[in-house]
Amino acid sequence: MRIALFATCIVDAMFPRVARATVSILERLGHEVVFPAGQACCGQMHVNSGYFKEAVPVVANHVRAFEEEEYDAVVAPSGSCVASVRHQHPMVARRCGDAGLEARAAAVGAKTYELSQLLVDVLGVTDAGTQLGSHFPHKVTYHPSCHGMRLLRLGDRQQQLLRTVRGIELAPLAEVDQCCGFGGTFSVKNADVSSAMLADKTANIESTGASVCTGGDSSCLMHIGGGLSRQGSPVDALHFAEILASTEQDPATPTGSVRLFSGRGSH
Amino acid sequence: MSQTFLGMPSLPVHGEGNIHATEPFPAAARRELGNAQLRANLGHATRTIRDKRLKVVAELPDWEQLREAGSTIKQNVMARLPELLEQFEENFTARGGTIHWARDAAEANATVAALVREQGVDEVVKVKSMATQEIGLNEYLEEQGIAAFETDLAELIVQLDHDKPSHILVPAIHKNRTEVRDIFLREMPGVDPALTDDPARLADAARTHLRRKFLTAKVAVSGANFALADSGTLAVVESEGNGRMCLTLPETLITVMGIEKLLPAWQDLEVFMQLLPRSSTGERMNPYTSLWTGVAEGDGPRNVHLVLLDNGRSAALADEMGRSALHCIRCSACMNVCPVYERTGGHAYGSTYPGPIGAILSPLLTGIESEDNSTLPYASSLCGACYDACPVKINIPDILVHLRGQDVDSKRGKGKLPSQMDAAMQAASWALSSGRRLGLAEKALPLGRLAAGPDRKITSLPGIAAGWTQSRDIPAPPAESFRAWWRREHGKESGHGQGPGHPTGQGPAEGKP
Repeated sequence: MRIALFATCIVDAMFPRVARATVSILERLGHEVVFPAGQACCGQMHVNSGYFKEAVPVVANHVRAFEEEEYDAVVAPSGSCVASVRHQHPMVARRCGDAGLEARAAAVGAKTYELSQLLVDVLGVTDAGTQLGSHFPHKVTYHPSCHGMRLLRLGDRQQQLLRTVRGIELAPLAEVDQCCGFGGTFSVKNADVSSAMLADKTANIESTGASVCTGGDSSCLMHIGGGLSRQGSPVDALHFAEILASTEQDPATPTGSVRLFSGRGSH
Repeated sequence: MSQTFLGMPSLPVHGEGNIHATEPFPAAARRELGNAQLRANLGHATRTIRDKRLKVVAELPDWEQLREAGSTIKQNVMARLPELLEQFEENFTARGGTIHWARDAAEANATVAALVREQGVDEVVKVKSMATQEIGLNEYLEEQGIAAFETDLAELIVQLDHDKPSHILVPAIHKNRTEVRDIFLREMPGVDPALTDDPARLADAARTHLRRKFLTAKVAVSGANFALADSGTLAVVESEGNGRMCLTLPETLITVMGIEKLLPAWQDLEVFMQLLPRSSTGERMNPYTSLWTGVAEGDGPRNVHLVLLDNGRSAALADEMGRSALHCIRCSACMNVCPVYERTGGHAYGSTYPGPIGAILSPLLTGIESEDNSTLPYASSLCGACYDACPVKINIPDILVHLRGQDVDSKRGKGKLPSQMDAAMQAASWALSSGRRLGLAEKALPLGRLAAGPDRKITSLPGIAAGWTQSRDIPAPPAESFRAWWRREHGKESGHGQGPGHPTGQGPAEGKP
């Protein structure tokens, strides 16, 4: 398959290792990955903050960028950004009265998959150890991000993939379905409530005894990792793509929260 | 509806009363978060109700179909509201009841006070009711020299404590039983001084106190959970039996109900009587359901009145994106699952309607324009737990976002100076609407790396971003963006990468088979 990578702005600028891990996984499965250069951002920060007018050019850019490339599917390592592309883009176009953009956005959205959706539903990955050579001998706990869980209904796809990584020990997280408190600009507009939610999340993570907290959204992981770092916790926050990409020959090594990844993808 | 229709209707007006935020949510939340006892009480109570709800909901194989049915029935009601209201009025009046139409809180309050005075009394007993909380009826009656006695146990606790409810189903959820014991000892006339905080003893004290009121009251005031248009029947759903006492013992019964509570037909109750108890108290069935249709000879109240309240509901109905908030059956499932409500409690929302539903309903009823109200739609991380829990499928996160858009546009319209957030959003819109511009911006990543220093983390940011660094670090940015790495490794990027204005050159891409 020819797969177009939507890196998402936060991964592109702050966590390039997550996009590189995604490329690595897909290439190992024998697929061709392309990176449409016009891409930037899904625009959900603008939409979710009420800046619909400012979201329009961001959405239009995304649609145009993914029309300029030929592919079988688009993949993004983020539940939240995929939910935005699928559900918010047509709505933003409708709200600004652009029926043409609405139809084009819906067409791009229909071909866009979150990474675990693509791996499990489209590419048929059932055993990451065997099919990807995934190896990660660490104790890991998993936080399912809200938009993946409730907007995309990812169910246990990400967890199923993690469970089949060689050497991994998955530790269940208490109150697993509770939001970490990120919520985009919520984290600055309502910083006190957001911090209170984060404190409960990090306490639950710490009590698992895991050395890594993983999930499917780099934004939530930056929030969780940022909280763990501030509290001086040794627990690292890693995207599940990084764990799937980790192999015996080229291992990902947790290095403590928020610090740059020292394995694959570091410089 | 006896008034003659003259000319074009004016735009629906917003409501008034206790449904308006009284201070900005972030400030109120900060204060409430500082109350450790409140957080402990709320955390315990919401977790308990959450678990009970999940258990009884899981018992029903057709729960999702029931939610769909509830949502569809309510959509139908909203689409036919004028017609159904007139049908209801006709049936209610034919059975001996009297209808009073109230545009707003002031009209509703004045109507109730006049009806009480007609009976020559200065006391009423009350069934727990959101509509009368909304219009501030108790406070108004007090000003008029009429004492209103709440008979629901939790409402009684809140009233005795001169406090405000913080939850629509469990108004005293912010109190634990020791606090309740202290309130009773302090405020309840004739209470046993040896009262303990044993729940049975507390309930017994309240029962003794209330029994006197039930037996002597001439007038009762209630709300209603449902009104059935095809028969003119009203329904109250409750747990304690105090409602049944109020609805049957006094000679005069005055009900105040929002116009959105209508259901078309008796058979629709089948759906809602499955949805409501499971969603609210986590029970298969509530202990007391009272239904009454006008006046019954020789049984129950002789004078039966209904005040039909608009108070901003027509304005909410006029909002295409927001109108489904009127589907709400006041079950409170959304607040029990809300991580924001669980930490701040209901008082932070400053309205009779707290939690996720309050964050949309209060501004829909009273307008987004005021500074305090405009903060309510932001009181959510958009985690979506409320939408999943809502028995009538109100898409609260979508309506929150819609109202945020209204807020931003309303401030734009006022020609105000752009805020820091406006400026940041405009700059971000420019940078994020072109791959080339984002690529240029990313060339500054090493600067961030420099700012992070040897710790490789950023611990303090200025301006609005300071909210982030109050409890979280930011990792040092990478040496190069993914985009730059890709270009280096793959020689070229695919696509053209120019910003807006560049002709796309190709039609909409269809992927290769």
